[in-house]
Amino acid sequence: MIEIKDITKTYKTGNIAFQALKGVSFKINDGEFVAIMGPSGSGKSTLMHIIGALDTPTSGTYLLDKKDVSKLSEDELTDIRKDKIGFVFQTFNLLPRATVLRNVMLPLIYAEVDPDERKRRAEAALTAAGLDTEHFSHLSNQLSGGQIQRVAIARALVNNPSLILADEPTGNLDTKTGEIVLGTFQKLNEEQGRTIILVTHEHDVAAHARRIIHIKDGQVLSDTDGHMRKIIKRP
Amino acid sequence: MKTIDIFEETYAALSSNKARSGLTILGIVIGISSVIVMVSIGQGAQGTIQSQIESIGSNLIMVTPGAQRGTGISVSAGRGSARTLTQDDADAISKEITLAQAVAPEISGRYQVTSKGKNTNTSVVGTTPEYPAVRSMEMDEGSFVSAQNVLSLSKVAVLGPTARDDLFGENAEAIGQKIRIKSIEFKIIGITKAKGGTGFGSQDDMIFIPLSTAQRFLAGDTYVTTISVQAPDSESMSAIQQEITDLLLSRHHISDPTLADFSTLNQADIVSAASSVTQTFTILLAAIAGISLVVGGIGIMNMMLTTVTERTKEIGLRKSIGAKRRDISLQFLIEATALTFVGGLVGIILGWVVAFFITYFGVLKTQISLFSVILAFGVSAGIGIVFGYYPAKRAARLNPIDALRYE
Repeated sequence: MIEIKDITKTYKTGNIAFQALKGVSFKINDGEFVAIMGPSGSGKSTLMHIIGALDTPTSGTYLLDKKDVSKLSEDELTDIRKDKIGFVFQTFNLLPRATVLRNVMLPLIYAEVDPDERKRRAEAALTAAGLDTEHFSHLSNQLSGGQIQRVAIARALVNNPSLILADEPTGNLDTKTGEIVLGTFQKLNEEQGRTIILVTHEHDVAAHARRIIHIKDGQVLSDTDGHMRKIIKRP
Repeated sequence: MKTIDIFEETYAALSSNKARSGLTILGIVIGISSVIVMVSIGQGAQGTIQSQIESIGSNLIMVTPGAQRGTGISVSAGRGSARTLTQDDADAISKEITLAQAVAPEISGRYQVTSKGKNTNTSVVGTTPEYPAVRSMEMDEGSFVSAQNVLSLSKVAVLGPTARDDLFGENAEAIGQKIRIKSIEFKIIGITKAKGGTGFGSQDDMIFIPLSTAQRFLAGDTYVTTISVQAPDSESMSAIQQEITDLLLSRHHISDPTLADFSTLNQADIVSAASSVTQTFTILLAAIAGISLVVGGIGIMNMMLTTVTERTKEIGLRKSIGAKRRDISLQFLIEATALTFVGGLVGIILGWVVAFFITYFGVLKTQISLFSVILAFGVSAGIGIVFGYYPAKRAARLNPIDALRYE
């Protein structure tokens, strides 16, 4: 469960201070599929970094599974990322000369899981992400974009996180493959009860989520459930 | 992160860019192998020079005449040609210095020597029966000058192998033949074994005759040119050297030791002087080779910095999925150390092979010491750590957000 209260983030470059987030509050329960939407410069990336424990807010609190992660040190944040968060990036970020299986096992190396267990869990995650067994031993640069992103989803799943954070996961894919990847997220949410946060600037992508938090100018503009989709699309 | 996983990651990273890793390793290979070869040449030279010095005898103290230095203008006749040492001095040394194991006075000079139809100009040494023992010389055939020969002023000669070859032809039967030195006929009674070496005048190109004969018929005087004294062991050498100096000073009525008309030379001094020269020589060679090792190290650093920049995104990814600073810095540090480790290993083997061939083809004598191998290996591992540290720190310090955004 995610509880965000009054979060602000100010960046300082020299004498110029820029406030990217101006007091954001919301709550995301376990098992939700949420899209965070907003145009570029809206502060959604900053918010994603804070939710993903890559950064800490200037003020306000962020509780992840009742644990305050807003004032942790760099190494403590690393532990949170390792145990509780799975990332899916727009640019996939797979190791290019490593096999699919090795890519998925990478988080488990840092979690110090035994090699046999690593392989078992990586295979399970790949199956859950919808990749065929025949691709497991392929190098990541031998796969198509959609397959690569499913490998990345498997990598995010493999350490059994409380939360999967996807940053523009379809940004580098064509519409058709994007649909397949988004379908994978929906399936994981519906069948496995995974909490998924999707960060995007596209309405069509956000439409796959069951709840949409709209961010603009560092503030929450609207927070609607799936039935209100059309209302958000109108402006 | 487990240790075995770090090594697996290192292997994967280095083998993914084989050409670059190979070239970087080559820098270290050249550095390490040149250190090994240079040090082995230096130590080989040291060994050769040392054995040459030792071939003139063991635990030897040599007393040679020198010009008496006094106030006013003095004319030095050149060391060895002065006539300040006499037969009596040699007798006094053998009588009074009880520690000395053997005393062999000698008088030497160059003379024209002729045999049937051939002639040569060589060194003729008049000496006593102790000479072979003191100068560690062995007989090939026949016998050396005996005490009886010295007493009876026998006109007998012992030839060195080179002198024999010059006078009678290679390996010719010479015993019983006659030679003429300064027109005086000598009968050959023995041939010495070849010792080789040219360091301090080849002892193979010499003719030995009884001391008394040389003094009477060749020099016409009782002076000696060298008194060789053998000490029982290396520890007693300096004590004996001091005793000889004191004895001769009092015999020559000289009160100020700086005005002595003779000089004593301790073999240990020659050895240590020579080895300090070769040591300097070895250090010089190693220092030159060391430069290439440092250049190799900079190559490692250059590659690691490039790698860190190239793999910024990968570092960002690793950090975002749970790699701590320590995991990242350790990974890059071990990559650098692995390069130098492999380079060091190959370099040692290559250096060994090169040193072997240098000796094999007779260019120079080389000698590989365990110390230089351990040193080279330690240095190569150290270079990995030193030159890998900065790139590794830089990688570890990267902010994951910026690293992930890096294009």
